[in-house]
Amino acid sequence: MIMHKRASALAVHTILTLYTVLALAPIILVIMNSFKERKAIFASPLKPPTAETFSLIGYEKVFGDASIVSYYFNSIAVTGGTIFFTLLFGSMAAWALAEYKFRWNTLLALYLSIGIMVPIRLGSVALIQLVAQLNLINTLSALVLVYVAQNLPLAVFILSEFINQIPKDLREAARCDGLSEYNIFFHIILPLLRPAMATVAVFTMIPVWNDLWFPLLLAPTGGKQTITLGIQQFLGQYITDWNSVLSALSTAIIPVLVLYVVFSRQLIRGLTSGAVK
Amino acid sequence: MASGSDAGLIGVSSRKYLFMLAFFLLPALLIYSLFSIYPLLATIYKSLYLRQPDGSSVFNGLGNFHTLLTDTTWSVSFWNAMKNNFMFFIIHMCVQNPIGIALAGLLSLPQLRFRAAYRTLIFMPTMLSVVIIGFTWQLILSPLWGISRTLLQGVGLGAWFAPWLGQESTALITVSLISVWQFVGIPMILIYTALLAIPDELVDAATVDGLNQFQTFFWVKLPLILPAIGLVSVLTFVNNFNAFDLIYAMKGALAGPNFATDIMGTLFYRTFFGNQLQLGDISMGSTIATMMFLIILIGVMIYLFLIQRRIQRYSF
Repeated sequence: MIMHKRASALAVHTILTLYTVLALAPIILVIMNSFKERKAIFASPLKPPTAETFSLIGYEKVFGDASIVSYYFNSIAVTGGTIFFTLLFGSMAAWALAEYKFRWNTLLALYLSIGIMVPIRLGSVALIQLVAQLNLINTLSALVLVYVAQNLPLAVFILSEFINQIPKDLREAARCDGLSEYNIFFHIILPLLRPAMATVAVFTMIPVWNDLWFPLLLAPTGGKQTITLGIQQFLGQYITDWNSVLSALSTAIIPVLVLYVVFSRQLIRGLTSGAVK
Repeated sequence: MASGSDAGLIGVSSRKYLFMLAFFLLPALLIYSLFSIYPLLATIYKSLYLRQPDGSSVFNGLGNFHTLLTDTTWSVSFWNAMKNNFMFFIIHMCVQNPIGIALAGLLSLPQLRFRAAYRTLIFMPTMLSVVIIGFTWQLILSPLWGISRTLLQGVGLGAWFAPWLGQESTALITVSLISVWQFVGIPMILIYTALLAIPDELVDAATVDGLNQFQTFFWVKLPLILPAIGLVSVLTFVNNFNAFDLIYAMKGALAGPNFATDIMGTLFYRTFFGNQLQLGDISMGSTIATMMFLIILIGVMIYLFLIQRRIQRYSF
């Protein structure tokens, strides 16, 4: 019986390990080869860089192209701006919908939930004309506005669930003390929302950082590319220069991997707590 | 104004109350309405108009849809994209979701060591940009680099190697499998969560009754996680019929070879923006976007009204 159990545990670990290798190998392969000289990339692609084959020539080319660095800042600005406004406006709306009973309450919640199921991409034809009318083509603001609109519904949904869990006594006590509704929200509720905000921030961050569609439509040129689009254009241009291609890919992978390792607990907790209803 | 429903707070005049509601709600509602709902509705509206060469538009009823579905200039590529998109979806349903469920089943086994490590590492590709994944696999499958050939030769299958991405017969399957490889983490995590929520007593009872781990999973747990499987299926459907990035990154807007990997997203992009072969067309672009909207809507409706309802009826 114990032998049998040990054998099946071994089988489970074998399957999981094999799948983990399958999931990671392509990523490791790219990062590993990005640190090698051209000859070694082709001669021994499966070997890690050694003292003789080590080379940073690809990275020199990627970062020698000054625009890649500025694309990073564009992505940071767009992602940061999106997270900030999604959290601020999202929690304000969530508070109003969860706390106050008014006539259009349910209808508004339904109206917002359309955005959870229907991808905003399908409105691209009119969206690009709207952005052109507002003179926002090739600006980061256009991207932030669109991403905030895209992420608000889910944010409001998650945050209002969380607000409902905060004990009612807290607000009633504050009201008795004569605090205005604005003060109650900004000074009492908002600080309490921090854990839910972290979940929303992680949910928002990854798809915005990785998106190709809206940068391609709304800010494809003029130095306002995000890093995802910038890398895509860079790769298209240098497709035959393997050192540059591998380094550019690694430059895009490594920051996300670092962020993921730091936030993975938060992210998986968020996914496992709120996603299946 | 209905009294009782609106007069929410004691000692606050109704004007102040309304102002307060507006203060909290309007920023979100304005941005959402202007940049999400308005473009959607306006795109559907535009699909009913035909753009004239002079830039004006005339009402065309459902004429654009008729053109798209029957005029061979459009219908050939539309039905091709539609067929490919269904293939893309079916491969996800038949490969991605079963693997995701199996991995979730293994991860949720009691007393499994390194659970968190496996979960975190297997989920990793899902975090990366589709563009990065697309290029990475393009390099790995490239005959020039020869990695996949070397690996296949290593296990004695060297003769199997072919430029899968470049052949019309295999390109779509290859691209779909790359997408499956990247996104298997999503069904895995969602199903894993659902499995954790199953009460221990049920599993214990099954063990006492003499079922082994595999039987317990198949006969006790699987029926209980059907709602989660339904959710995963509808998410897969919406994401697949909205996909674009991977095909564009790997095969460009022309979705080669010979449109073998063309799906609705790439067809829409090409139609709206134009390409080497044709000029951009706002009316037909809107029409294709509206078709995508309808397809996704049908999928979501089937989920909401058929699947979710039935499962609720049978659960607990």
